[in-house]
Amino acid sequence: MKPILSALAHALAWNLALLPLGAQDRPQAFVGGRIIPVEGLDIDHGVLVIQGGKILALGGPGTSIPPDAVRHDAKGKVIMPGLVDSHSHIGSAEGADGTAPIQPDVRVSDSLNLASAAVMKARSGGITSVNVMPGSGHLLSGQTMYLKLREGRTLDALAMGKLPNGSYLGGMKMANGTNPRRTTGPFPGTRAKSAALVREQFVKAQDYQRKLKEAGDDPKKRPARDLAMEALVEVLEGKRVVHHHTHRHDDILTVLRLQKEFGFKVVLHHVSDAWMVADEIAKAGVGASFIALDSPGGKLETKDLRMTNGAALEKAGVVAGFHTDDPITDSRWFLREAGLSVRAGMSRKAALEAMTLNGAKLLDLQNRIGSLKPGKDADFLLLSADPLSVYSHVEETWVEGAKVFDRANPKHRLYATGGPGASHDTVDLTHLLALEAEETYQ
Amino acid sequence: MSRLALILCLAFSAALQAQSLALRAETLHTAAGPAIADGVVVIQNGKITAVGKASDVKVPSGLTVKRVKVAIPGIVDGRSTVGLSGLLNQPHDQEQLEGSAPMQPELRAMDAFNGRDPLVGYVRSLGVTTLHTGHGPGALISGQTFVVKTDATEVTRGVLKPQAMVAATLGDGARAREAGKSPGTRAKQIAMLRGELVAAQEYVKKLKDAEKGKEPARDLRKEAMVQVLRRELPLLVTAHRAQDILSLLRLAKEFDLDIVLDGGAEAYLVLDELKAARVPVMLHPTMSRAFGEMENLSLETAAKLQAAGIPFSFQSGFEGYVPKTRVVLWEAALAAANGLAFDDALKALTLVPAKLLGIADRVGSLEAGKDGDVALFDGDPFEYTTHCVGTVINGVLVSGGEETR
Repeated sequence: MKPILSALAHALAWNLALLPLGAQDRPQAFVGGRIIPVEGLDIDHGVLVIQGGKILALGGPGTSIPPDAVRHDAKGKVIMPGLVDSHSHIGSAEGADGTAPIQPDVRVSDSLNLASAAVMKARSGGITSVNVMPGSGHLLSGQTMYLKLREGRTLDALAMGKLPNGSYLGGMKMANGTNPRRTTGPFPGTRAKSAALVREQFVKAQDYQRKLKEAGDDPKKRPARDLAMEALVEVLEGKRVVHHHTHRHDDILTVLRLQKEFGFKVVLHHVSDAWMVADEIAKAGVGASFIALDSPGGKLETKDLRMTNGAALEKAGVVAGFHTDDPITDSRWFLREAGLSVRAGMSRKAALEAMTLNGAKLLDLQNRIGSLKPGKDADFLLLSADPLSVYSHVEETWVEGAKVFDRANPKHRLYATGGPGASHDTVDLTHLLALEAEETYQ
Repeated sequence: MSRLALILCLAFSAALQAQSLALRAETLHTAAGPAIADGVVVIQNGKITAVGKASDVKVPSGLTVKRVKVAIPGIVDGRSTVGLSGLLNQPHDQEQLEGSAPMQPELRAMDAFNGRDPLVGYVRSLGVTTLHTGHGPGALISGQTFVVKTDATEVTRGVLKPQAMVAATLGDGARAREAGKSPGTRAKQIAMLRGELVAAQEYVKKLKDAEKGKEPARDLRKEAMVQVLRRELPLLVTAHRAQDILSLLRLAKEFDLDIVLDGGAEAYLVLDELKAARVPVMLHPTMSRAFGEMENLSLETAAKLQAAGIPFSFQSGFEGYVPKTRVVLWEAALAAANGLAFDDALKALTLVPAKLLGIADRVGSLEAGKDGDVALFDGDPFEYTTHCVGTVINGVLVSGGEETR
């Protein structure tokens, strides 16, 4: 077989494997629901048409539906884009070990258990795309992976793509503040030392990058392969976004200085003190992935956390998206963060964007996901009521035209409500604490 | 009347005036009957004097009338560690668990409560007026709990019950942290509790049989267990696995104890047994993390307890990490979204915990004669986007809006 044909056959086989029979051919129409496209105005009694895993069209009651379309009655339902969780640890995510504070060659993908109950719970919470990360107990704990929560148990089935070197599409997890600090081993003991260690590695990476550039196409001149340096060069070249755990206002500003110094793309994560430095974040043109929690406290760096962070980031004009930090908050309560943030002063529009489109922007995937728009992936939810209401349930979660969660199916429903066996394989507290600094919470 | 007496008298009446207030709500949930449209609560000198339809209740002249959309009884948190497990989560503000021995029933919550911890103010601003707080889960017998109003910056006032219950834990949470220490197993846990109760029985007998002047020396630990044996203090037992709940019921029967089940992640598996034993439940927070012994928890347990006729209360529980406390209002809200009727959810947040704590003569519903404790909202109290716009304790507006804003 000629290479091109072979590739085509391969691609077809791939698509067939992902989509239920029939679904890949016939269009499907969801009729009569209230559509919140996130980009554009809400549509009452709307029509959403999808085909081949993509959105074909959406509009009011007059929208033309292909005659061969499978029709779904969505009357009384709310349809919105699948949620994008820009910071999660589902799938028993692990990264770097205790031997060094900076380990860019470690990939979270090599630790993931996609059969974990947490993955199904995330689907039941309406999450369709998720940035799975290693923990924050290191200055740099490894490469993250962007997952699309399609059916499947292999990394290939759930990957959002690959980089040229074969690694899965994702970012790089970094952290500052107290979590990466330890009193033993090669770990930093202070904030200044933390920044110095990071700076040292990025200077090394710049040097490696220069050598690579000078060598050009001449393999003899190329420096010996260094997987850690290669990954940091990806960061320097903007191929990997740095997802930077940072809570306190001064730590946030430190990230912004390092970002300016080395020019990498960065998203600030958690940003507990965002309300103090929202303008500085906006001025730096950097996005924020944040969390709305039930109360402040629990660790020193979150003592000033406020539910008003969403409102403050919105007001300052920062591209801000929510995250679960699962298991810090359960993926099933993700939408709740939008509700609570609206309670604390965020606009409804901004809160819904922060659930979807802004998350996509933080992962540089806004052209594929995050809103209901023709040409984008057919990732969407059917909700029983308004997304900001406590009484609303995710009834169905669709990923690329396939239903991956159905509350009407008792086996699926178990993950949504809990019950016997609903949590097998989930991350336990020991694991949670190991994701953060080991000694701080003993 | 001397001038000083006059001044004192005026000052006193001014203070009482400050404890007098009328609340007129578009929807008034009393927890004692059906919701009242356009209802009024009249509070005078800190106590409720009248409740009813605005058209039926005459508000005494001179009383400030505050208008709100929704009013409910001040929230009673059925089980918390707030005030003992402080916001910062540093050794100096964590008082909920004393690690030096597995059984310390003599530890009193009042001796550890910091009413000025920011989390007390935080939950107060979200409508919580009464806390059942104290020693946490995590030891076989961790100590006592008490009941206090959330405006009690000092425990010299606002204490409804200085001793409420003795807190115990079964299962993994009570296992000794070090190898070679007890209790290391479930069987050992029950054996130790049985031993402690028998020792208390013998202490009572010795006290009774002793000749005057030859009584045994006072033993505070045994005295606390005697209070448990005499059913003066219920044993509040944290247990999640069905197996541990059944062990608890056996122990309760053996010693005829007054038991309250705390947590109960698998309570839905043993509904008949709980009902037969007449054991009420301080149900784990609806949004507890589902791992370890709580892996099988369900959002629908509240609805199942209700259907089975087992009294239960919501609680904020204990949190070891971020966030440092939950908000009991939101735990009830999610149960209300998962099969529990609104009115039943509201009662499990107010009147039921008040009854379980033996303070229903003071708080838990809006009825004449009870304390003027009311939580005010600008919409359905359970909705995420609603706000608690005021918290009233003893007729005083102690919070003018929630601290989420």
